[in-house]
Amino acid sequence: MAISFDKAFGIHQYTIGARSARAEVLAANIANADTPGYKARDLDFSSALEQAQSRTQSGFALATSDARHIQGGSSSSLAGNVKYRVPNQPDTGDGNTVDVQQERTSFMENGLEYQASLEFLNSRISGLLKAIKGDQA
Amino acid sequence: MSLFRIFDIAGSAMSAQSVRLNATASNLANAESVSSSAETTYRARRPVFASALADVMQGEKEGSVGVEVKGVLESQAPLLREFNPTHPMADKDGFIYRPNVNPVEEMADMMSATRSYQTNVQVADSAKQMLLQTLRMGKG
Repeated sequence: MAISFDKAFGIHQYTIGARSARAEVLAANIANADTPGYKARDLDFSSALEQAQSRTQSGFALATSDARHIQGGSSSSLAGNVKYRVPNQPDTGDGNTVDVQQERTSFMENGLEYQASLEFLNSRISGLLKAIKGDQA
Repeated sequence: MSLFRIFDIAGSAMSAQSVRLNATASNLANAESVSSSAETTYRARRPVFASALADVMQGEKEGSVGVEVKGVLESQAPLLREFNPTHPMADKDGFIYRPNVNPVEEMADMMSATRSYQTNVQVADSAKQMLLQTLRMGKG
């Protein structure tokens, strides 16, 4: 029976990519907390994860040198999954919809979930190592 | 790797906020700089922020948007014209001009800029922790 890394790591290998993409979007929100007209955005996590999973199965992307070239199977992990947030407060007058408290808690939550995925991956790796070494240590 | 771009985003926000702090410091320092004509009087300065389209450079359609400072504008609020004939800077009619700096407003702006700066430092620190843990993945 061969060891399949793809099966061993399960969904966590894709989760970690989607989490880091979300961290980037949330960091952009926090950075633009004082920018007039900036609209807060967030990642549609389930569709981003779905896309990340199907992307690796479809193989490598085609190189494009022109804007009219078609995207061969793969595209950015963010494309199409970033949506604008619905503001939960009326406009303050400058068109900015960033709620810093909300963004900070989301960023912290996302970071913890990233760490949780890492922990899962770590335990899978140590399990694999144990199987490879065969308890000789 | 999108975690690396967090450093660019948070860094652009930190530099924008420090420009804002610089303007506030300049405004507070010159709050009492009187002058004898309206043209030469100091006016409160404010930076204008805009979201930088970093995604164009990165070849990404959406995602990272840093902050850029579009410019520093002078406030067009009216200057304070004060009748003070004994002042050494008084013009021939006995008036001096005080800057349109509101120190209370500037102090509040300074606090806001400081907090925003701190938040971005914390974001960069979290991203650093996440990257370091990723680098240590599988090492037990």
